[in-house]
Parts: sequence; structure tokens; C-alpha cells
Amino acid sequence: MSRCTDEHARHAEQGNAPANCLRGKRKALLRALSVLSVGCAVSFMALGAGDKPWSGLGRAATPREIAAWDIDVKPDGSGLPKGRGSVTQGQEIYDAKCASCHGTFGESNQYMQLAGGVGSLRGDNPVRTTGSKLNYAATLWDYINRAMPFQAPKSLTADEVYALTAYLLYLNEIVPEDATLDQTSILQVQMPNRDGFTTQHGFLRRDGKPDVQASACMRDCPIEGKVTSRIPDYARNAQGNLATQFRVVGPYRGADTSKPEPIGPLAAARQALAGQVAAAATPQQSAADLAKHYACIACHGIEQKIVGPGFKEVAQKYAGDATARQALMRKVRDGGAGVWGAIPMPGQPQVAEADLVAIIDWVLAGAK
Amino acid sequence: MDQSTPQAMSQGIYQGVSRRRRIQPAPENFLTLEDIARRRFLRRSLALGGALTAAGAAGVASAQAPDPILQLPEHSKTLGQPVAARGYGVPSKHESNVQRRESPGLTRTSLSSIAFAPLQSLFGIITPSGVHFERHHAGWHDIDPAQHRLMIHGLVRQAKVYTMDDLMRLPSVSRMHFIECGANTGMEWGNVAVPTVQYTHGMLSCSEFTGVALSTLLDDVGFDAAKARFVLAEGADGASLTRSVPIDMALDDVMVVYGQNGEMLRPENGYPLRLLVPGVQGVSSVKWLRRLEVGHEPWNTREEALHYIDLMPDGVHRQYTWINECKSVITSPSGGQVLLDRGYCEITGLAWSGRGRVRRVDVSVDGGRNWRDARLQEPVLTKCLTRFRYDWVWDGSPAIVQSRAIDETGYVQPQIRQLRAVRGTRAIYHNNAIQSWQIAESGEVSNVQVY
Repeated sequence: MSRCTDEHARHAEQGNAPANCLRGKRKALLRALSVLSVGCAVSFMALGAGDKPWSGLGRAATPREIAAWDIDVKPDGSGLPKGRGSVTQGQEIYDAKCASCHGTFGESNQYMQLAGGVGSLRGDNPVRTTGSKLNYAATLWDYINRAMPFQAPKSLTADEVYALTAYLLYLNEIVPEDATLDQTSILQVQMPNRDGFTTQHGFLRRDGKPDVQASACMRDCPIEGKVTSRIPDYARNAQGNLATQFRVVGPYRGADTSKPEPIGPLAAARQALAGQVAAAATPQQSAADLAKHYACIACHGIEQKIVGPGFKEVAQKYAGDATARQALMRKVRDGGAGVWGAIPMPGQPQVAEADLVAIIDWVLAGAK
Repeated sequence: MDQSTPQAMSQGIYQGVSRRRRIQPAPENFLTLEDIARRRFLRRSLALGGALTAAGAAGVASAQAPDPILQLPEHSKTLGQPVAARGYGVPSKHESNVQRRESPGLTRTSLSSIAFAPLQSLFGIITPSGVHFERHHAGWHDIDPAQHRLMIHGLVRQAKVYTMDDLMRLPSVSRMHFIECGANTGMEWGNVAVPTVQYTHGMLSCSEFTGVALSTLLDDVGFDAAKARFVLAEGADGASLTRSVPIDMALDDVMVVYGQNGEMLRPENGYPLRLLVPGVQGVSSVKWLRRLEVGHEPWNTREEALHYIDLMPDGVHRQYTWINECKSVITSPSGGQVLLDRGYCEITGLAWSGRGRVRRVDVSVDGGRNWRDARLQEPVLTKCLTRFRYDWVWDGSPAIVQSRAIDETGYVQPQIRQLRAVRGTRAIYHNNAIQSWQIAESGEVSNVQVY
């Protein structure tokens, strides 16, 4: 498909433009003549119904491009490429590339929990895992293929994706230890929650029927008149000090949640407010921001272990150790393993020197 | 006392009100005799009320402290910044509390997380692009628009590839719509969990979007009207996030968007191209849009089979729960705020519906026993935020304020117990319950549930 550009239009005048341009040009000329013939002096015309002079924009996608881009796999397996992989092969890849986030047995709920919980969805404590929720194995293949591993998506071969799918199904006791999956056998897999889904609800269509009918009672409506839930006092500051999360002018201020809730009438609270007016936080590129920027926090929590140790745990371990600063800088740069468990930390040579110093100092100072 | 600190200045303002002699008359020749008489009356009332107020701030006032409004500020005596000192303006430094924020502990990594919009600090219905809520599944990128392509294929006569140039040359359309994450207010299914409207309702934003109607593009590739039932949208990020969109919505008002609030999309919101599915949970408005495939059944993607599914008490998941039902929330007064004073208090908030326009919003100031109509601010648009207001006088006693929206289908926003009765407390998504805010005697406002 060729574009009908101004240049084509110029060629059209010389009789060598693409055919669709010529047609468009001829049509436009005819229309112009008909407008002139009724004596209209307007030189710009509105388009008639069915006219789509923009249809030359964009170009045809080639079969090769479509094949490269069309990666989706439907639940019936259409779209699956050729390939095969076994549970054993999958375990090897999993331990190297997946276990650090998902747990050795897929049990980690730090990131998506992959295994366990089958049959638990009905009840007060549903264990929501890939194994307990998912309906089709082909969807698992599709997701691993497009989005995993988290930090290096689309780095796995088709065989590796089959192997990982097999291993995850094995962890969920859906396929046996000696299973091998390919584009045919994966369709034989019956996921435990295959029939656990419904589309019989009102959210599917804009004119769907809502499942809850409330009334618009206006006067003396029946209410119990008591508070059934509120944030407990101990969690008052859990989202950080709200005084810094509100504008500093207007009809209200943010409550100072670093202190207990004021009791009694307005006056006392207002005096407290007067002391904090305009306490606007100044955003700056802190070491915490740097830790975010370099994605340290993908694996390290502030308080506790995610994949690697929490920053505060690190600070505690090395408290008073004068050599820690240099040692930790070297570890971040070159990688290390063994101190906090078997999962190695890959080297991070991309972290700028000054930023590394700032991050390490911040961590050692307790990551506050 | 240092008069240059904001603290000292604010105390000074209280003083100014309390000290009658310090109120200076405006030039009288601008006023009629009637005006002057009214002013004298007002001044007397003010002095009286001020004396009462000053009692609360006793000990702060100092007879010697000069009234700050009598001192010319520096900015009246010096030159300011030149034009174009900032080629692309930013908010005042005094507004730095107004930020998108994560909720601590909600997600394991900020790379697949949520930043909530500061609804408590926003006016009208448009969310400034810089504080539009964020939800990424594998972090955001700032994609080079010259390299970006959109492919449309599947049940079409001619599969095509479009550059951004192509898309921006196509006939364009601008419309105002909200985007609300399906999990908005999801933390509150079982009990009160978070303190402010930023965290309870901040996975909600509203913008004027500009782009190409998806119907224009589907027509351009000659989609198979007889067989086409769904369109798959895929993002260009690491997650390659995919969602199925029903063809009737695709042909109705779905847009392929590049513009937001007069500028290009921000990178966090999908620059240079995203889908917009009005009224539908935000995950369908796929960001960094790279591919559209026309098909005959939904795809059962990971975001349709593992997440964004609503767990019911019988252990069954509702799948493809697209529509965001009618909902509203009072943004002021709201949780975490402290009111400055008794007296007039404008109650204001937002209402919206994924099924169309908001028809009415009711407000209660007595915990839901009695309700009155709020005023709706024009424009009231389909699948767009609507601002409502209600005049109220707070007498200083404890109160619980609520809003309840009704959309053009007649659907009434429900109470949380009505939702729980049908869906239990494990659904995560589509919590559109009436929100209650309790105002204490101290003026502090908290998030409470009363139903």
C-alpha cells in the first residue's frame, strides 16, 4: 500500500502517481468542478460521506513483521510456537532465574505466589496462586514468554518457556515429575480451576444488569448510627505524616499524625496547626530515591528481606564495622553471595560512583 | 519573634483580625455611602468574632508585633523572574506537598506498583498530567516517538503499520474521560485501611484526551465486521501487557490517544501512545500501545485470568468485569484533614459512572440518615468526572459526611454492606461503596465505615 502524499499529487499532474492517488485526484477535480458549476465561490469543500482521504496513511504490515509481533497465545493453544521442555529442564532454569523472587517451591508470596492453595478459593482464607487461580496452561506459557523474568522479559527461548511451564505445573502437582510439554501436550493439561470462572455478571456490558440494588432514601433512612471500622491509633502515622501530604493553604490542613489525635474542641487543634503551617516538604534526590532509581528496592526492602536483605538488616549487621563501607561498595559493584543466603546478588556496575557512595552511606546509617 | 517565618506570619494574621485598630480602611472614595455603612457594621461584627477567636490563640499575640500586611513584601520591591525562565512551567514551590504517593507496603516493588493521585488537593474535574495516578506492571520508559509503531492485524482486510506521524495525521478527536483502576478502593473491602482520599480513591484521574477514534483505525484496516468480536491491545513495555476489548466498545468511543490535557501523554501515562477505553477499569487503557489484533473471542490473558478477576464467596471468579459502576467521594472535607474553623464549610467531591452521565449526587451530614441534593458543576459529561458541591455550616459538633451518586441508568451507589452481601470481602476489584468521613470536635477528619 503506498501513501498518497503531496509528492504523489505532484506526480499525478504528470500522470505517474499511484493509481489510488490518481483516482482521488480525479474525484477531487470532478467535485471541484461541480461546486464551481453551481456558482459557489468557496474554494474549500467539506468531504462527502464515504470520503476517506486519509486512507493512504500507514503502510501494509509484512507477513514477517506480523509473525514477529504476534506473540499472543490463546487459551486453546493457538499461537503456540514449536518447542518442548521437561520438568527437569524447567527446574534448572527456575532455580537460576525465578526462585530468587518466587521461592524455591513457588511458595513465595513476596512476588506472585506460583504454587499451592488449590481448592482454597472458597472460604475465608483463599490462597491466591497461579496454581489455584489459573484456568488454562497456555495462558501461563503466554505470560512467562512475554513478561518473565521480571528484570529480563522476553529473554527465554520457546523451549525454556515450555520447560518452565512444565516445572510450575509440576510444583502444583498437575503434571508428573517426568512430564515434557510441547505445543500439543500442553493442551492436555487440565488446570484445577478450569471451571472456576464466570461471565454471568453485569460488568461485561455497558447495559449490563448491576448485581446490587441500592435505594435513594432521602429522609429518616434506617441506619445503625455507629462506626464499624476506623484506623487504629497505632496505625495513625502508617502512611507517613499527613501534615506533609496536604496543601499549606485553604480551608483545611493535613493532620499532624506524628502526634496522637487531638482530643476536644477545635481551638486546641488549631493552635497545634499554627505551628506547622507551610511545613511543605522539599523534594530532593535523596539516597532513597537513588535506591529506587537503580531498582535496588526490587530485591531489598527497607525493613526486611525481599530477595536480598532489608537495608536496615544490613545496617544492623555491619554496625560499628569500619571496613563495611568499602566492602559493601565492592559487593554492589561486583556482586556477591553467601552472607544472606544462597541467592547471589548480581554485580551492579552501572551505578555511578557518587550515587553508590550515597546509597551505601544511607544504608549503613539505617536507611532512614 | 522572627516575622519572616511562615509560622510568625500566620500568627500575625490571627492578631490582625483580633486587633480592631489594625484593620485599615480601603480608599473610601471608591465606595458608596451604603457600602461604607455596611463596612462599619461588618467591622464591628468581625472585631467581636475576632475577639472570640483570639481567645483560642491567647499567648501568641504580642502587642508590639507589627501587622505583616502593613509591611511591603520583598516581591513588591524587587524584580521578578524573566519570561521563559522556565521553558515548561512547574507548580509553585509552595505546592510541593501535592504529590503522587505510593501506599507503604501495598506492593513489593515500585516497578510494579501504584502511585495514587492527590484528589484532596485537586479542583474541578481535570487531573493535572503530572499527578495523574500511575500503575505500571514493569516500570515506565520514555519511548522515542520516531521509533514507535502501531500494528493492527488479525481479522482485517489489510494489516497495517502506523508511525506516530501517520497516527497524528489521521482525523483526531478530543474527549474528557476518567480512568479508574479496577482495584480503586480495593483496600477497603473488609475494613478501613488507609487514612486519606488519596489512598482510598486516588487510583482515579480525569483528563481531556486527544487521539484517533479506534473506529477510524479499524475502518482503515477493513476489519471483518461479520466475525470480529474483540480487539486485543498490547503494550510495548517489559510486561507487554495485554487486554481484550469488546468490539462494540471499540467501535463506540474507544480512542488511540497521544494527547492529554493539551500536551502529549506523559511517559508515566503511556507516551507516545495509549489506548483509552472510557468507563472501563484502567488496565484496559493499555499504555505504550504497540499492537491491536482483531479476533473473535477474548484472549484470557494473564491480566484477565490471574488478576483483574473478582473472587466471589462461592470461590468462583467473575471474569471480564470491565465496567466501573457509578461511584462518588467527598474530597473535602476528607480523611486526614483538619478544618480551620467552624462555620461555613463547602462540601465538595467527585462523582462518575462507567455507564454514562451522573444524574444526581446526594450528600448526608448525619451519617446517612438524611440526604439532600448537591449542586452539579457543569459540564456533566459521559464517563467523565463530575464535580459536586454542597453548602454546609459546621457547628463544631461531631459529624459524618457522605455522598451518594446516581447515574443516568438510575443506578444508585450502594453501601459497603450491600456489596458485601453479594460479593463478600475478597473481590479486591470494583468497590464503589459510599464513603464516610467523620469530623471530630477537634476538626480532624477520619476515614470510617458505618454500614
